[in-house]
Amino acid sequence: MADVAWPKEGDRSVLGSRIPRQDGPAKVTGAAKYSYDVNRPDMLWGKLVTSPKARAELVAVDTSVAAAIPGVKAVWVDEEMIGDELRYVGQVIACVAAETEEAAIEGAEKVKLQLKALEHQVVDDDASLSTGRPSNKEQGNLDEGFAGSDVVVEGEYGIAVITHCCLEPHGQVTEVNQEGELHVWPSTQNVSRYANQFGDEIEIPQNKIHVDTQYMGGGFGSKFNVDKWGVIGAKLSQETGRPVKIMLDRREELMIAGNRPSGFAKVKVGLQQNGLINAVDAEVWGSGGRGAFRAPPVPYVFTKVPNTRLVGKGIRTNRGGARAWRAPNHPQGCLLTMSAVDDAAAALGMDSLEFFMKNAALTDRPEVYREELQIAANIIGYRQKAHLRGDSGSGPVKRGLGISMHTWGGRGHPSECDVTINSDGSVEAKMGSQDLGTGTRTCIAMVVAETLGLPYEAITVHIGRNSYPQSGASGGSTTIGGISVSARRAATDALNDLLKTVAGRLGTTDDKLEASAGRIHQVEKPGGGVSWREACSMLGPNSITKRGINDPGESQKEGLISAGVGGVQIADVSVDVETGIVTMNEMVAVQDCGLIVNMKLAESQVYGALIMGITYALYEESIYDSKTGIMLNPDMEFYRLAGIKDVGQLRVHMMTGQGYDDRGIIGIGEPPAISPGAAISNAVANACGVRVPNLPLTPERVIAALQKGGDIA
Amino acid sequence: MNPFEYVAPSDLREASSLLGTRWGQTEVLAGGTDLVTSLKQGITKPRRVVSLRNIPELKRIQVKKNTVRIGAMVTLKEVAANPTIQEEFPSLVTAIHGIGASQIINAGTIAGDLCQRPRCWYFRNGYGLLAEENGESLVRTGDNRYHAILGNGGSALFVNASSLAPALIALQAEITVVGPADRKREIDTEELYQAPNSAEDREVALRANEIVSEIKLPRENMQNATFEVRHRHGLDWPYATASVALKIRSGIAREASVVLGHVAPTPWRAVAASNLLNGARVDAHLAEAVGQAATQGASPLSGNAYKVQMAKTAVKRALLEATNA
Repeated sequence: MADVAWPKEGDRSVLGSRIPRQDGPAKVTGAAKYSYDVNRPDMLWGKLVTSPKARAELVAVDTSVAAAIPGVKAVWVDEEMIGDELRYVGQVIACVAAETEEAAIEGAEKVKLQLKALEHQVVDDDASLSTGRPSNKEQGNLDEGFAGSDVVVEGEYGIAVITHCCLEPHGQVTEVNQEGELHVWPSTQNVSRYANQFGDEIEIPQNKIHVDTQYMGGGFGSKFNVDKWGVIGAKLSQETGRPVKIMLDRREELMIAGNRPSGFAKVKVGLQQNGLINAVDAEVWGSGGRGAFRAPPVPYVFTKVPNTRLVGKGIRTNRGGARAWRAPNHPQGCLLTMSAVDDAAAALGMDSLEFFMKNAALTDRPEVYREELQIAANIIGYRQKAHLRGDSGSGPVKRGLGISMHTWGGRGHPSECDVTINSDGSVEAKMGSQDLGTGTRTCIAMVVAETLGLPYEAITVHIGRNSYPQSGASGGSTTIGGISVSARRAATDALNDLLKTVAGRLGTTDDKLEASAGRIHQVEKPGGGVSWREACSMLGPNSITKRGINDPGESQKEGLISAGVGGVQIADVSVDVETGIVTMNEMVAVQDCGLIVNMKLAESQVYGALIMGITYALYEESIYDSKTGIMLNPDMEFYRLAGIKDVGQLRVHMMTGQGYDDRGIIGIGEPPAISPGAAISNAVANACGVRVPNLPLTPERVIAALQKGGDIA
Repeated sequence: MNPFEYVAPSDLREASSLLGTRWGQTEVLAGGTDLVTSLKQGITKPRRVVSLRNIPELKRIQVKKNTVRIGAMVTLKEVAANPTIQEEFPSLVTAIHGIGASQIINAGTIAGDLCQRPRCWYFRNGYGLLAEENGESLVRTGDNRYHAILGNGGSALFVNASSLAPALIALQAEITVVGPADRKREIDTEELYQAPNSAEDREVALRANEIVSEIKLPRENMQNATFEVRHRHGLDWPYATASVALKIRSGIAREASVVLGHVAPTPWRAVAASNLLNGARVDAHLAEAVGQAATQGASPLSGNAYKVQMAKTAVKRALLEATNA
């Protein structure tokens, strides 16, 4: 009999190994068809008509010229918006469907919008523009906390609005067949719960909506929804009877498909002489657009600081709305906290590593952080390279190290999986999950293979359709936990069924049998018994299909999944103090995420997070013009992303073994994306002796900080 | 993209005759790395696009005794790969490699680099070359972090986008321009540029039906170097560039030129810096002073004072590199 508990170290054949992702070759050769690549016969192209103004009244929409353009087949207008207020540049008003992309673009340009301009507000970094009542959270006694501190340091810090900038933009292809059923090929991270979002917007019941996402090019938390363009696509397909492709262009993608809110703060930190944080007072403001602002956690990670206050002030702007971005609010909280406490450590004249080691006591997992700090320091050669802040020698290029720590939840989302064992020995797993680019397909196959004692290649995985058993959205680092448990349960149950059949034929009982290395055999007698294929042939004309379900609460109780991780990162940078240019030398990430399904894919998640983190630390920023209300850099030219030569040497160390593996599976998507901004900011401060308060650490900001600090002419 | 007529004549004179007499009516297509995106974004809406791809004489590099002549359609990659250019004009090679994007280096041409339009984000977002709204500059009161710190007293506040112009000016290159009826003129590279006062004008001092046909570099044994302050290794625009060319005789600098890029609406010849340099012995101390002199008269806008520091540094480092000091 097989048991769902994860095999112990030494008993694992596939779990934890470094299998390359299954769809890698298809992706690099172009064989993989992303939603953007789906082309249906007789397909029309849809082009959105969006607001050119940050704020205006939409008086009227005239589609007559657009509709007359050759090739234009339909123009859809959101009639309910007429007379309403437009609230940001890029807000979707209408859509033109045409035979070619060019005709659709021309049509969209010719839709005439009659607007009455209204005053807009796009500034997100000025606390005086905040509206509504500030949030307030207190712990301990702040006054006593500062009175009892030996060193009190105040500073201002900030982190800019960035967008997800998915390489494959948002959008989908829609098609309504003759039976009135809707087929959708969206770029989504939420296949199973996509169809139900159409609600009453279209008159097609959910059981006639078929969703298919085989490959998608990045979501990062911004692709959970059908979105207005999804509804418009379905409506245009209904109206024209033809498939319609609507994919955002880069400009739209950067303006309206989600952003990560900014966070700015005044932070006051009180330290005891021994370096322990005694009090933190933070006033935080920022904006993610029109929506409500949730103050990022400050102090972050150091939840046991005895005396704290966090005041949050939201600013509403006429800019596209926020969406979840890897570890919502954590990168902001991390930057604001880790910069402020590192400044306090520098004021005390204390080495940063010693400081973070000491203050690990104020976190929820002191032992984990201390172990990780030690490992990270060893990998980067901290003790050989470290110096106190600004003590970085003569010459224009200064080198420095910076440390940061972070945390995240994880667990596993609800998930269902069907595993089928066929009488010819073939095995398939079906699940309505999606591969966000993380390697979900590969991981499902590995879990099933491990469970059935088969090689990884023997398992066929089907995902990405809503006709398969439901699985949660890929977000919040919950996917690997969810899909692994449902696959494990389904495979275990299916195997136990098979063992029953085999036991009868072999004249034994199923509790005496197990599967390993491609055979069904007596417990602890591998090599005996019958081959997997022989065993399956005993099923005769039948196959076995079992459904496995992940109930997160149950699975956590059983130790299959868990939540709550700690990670440490150290950055090594060079700062050219004559030009303000920051260069990455090296970055080390040490991370725990429980039991690791695929070591290579887990590390890949961390590498990707570091690259994304270096990008928002040094380059990336959504820049709006206060007068015109437009985004000034809705392109890949001035919306800068790091290239491979910009990221330096990246080193990843995953925590495994006792104390980690036995926690069950925990997700990895969010945690490593949290610390890079803070670690790099601290490294820059360590190198050049002054804090560059705001991310991204562009040369203009570095020079401004140096000039203010009197370190440059 | 608006519909337009596309022609690719095999003769330079014919190409010129196909161009309109007013800017905007027609556009010249070389490598297309700038024009195609401008067409797509509606920055320009010509009735006709005249491609130079079928004109063989524009695709040659001729190494003569006293000059190197580079045809307008020679790609940046070909320029950087030419052994004579590598040997004698390292400042050009540095400027080309600095572009960072293999796609642009492979497809872009030398004349295309010289004539590319400014990257001003108001211009690229449809507010016109001078970025004015109701007669007022959006740049002066808006986000001007990447705009001009020199030569910005007039209406033009963008920075010239050419990567090669500063080096070519410092190297005293001449540009051949061909107009209708085979009218040919030769100008200094510096004379190719102007700061326009009207949105209908252009930043190149050409007539709308003139075509840059050749760049002629004198082989003067100048020591030369370019230093660019850039943020990313990949495709990115320099914040500031300096190109220096000079001769050193008995340790003393002669015939020195210092030219800045990306700091003014035109490539910016730093006369005071050149004067300070000529007749002096180059060392780290002088290089610092030359950098200082190069930014004399800079008048930063509200958000770009930092570029003064960058320009100074670029000059200092280019000079030290050119002289191996």
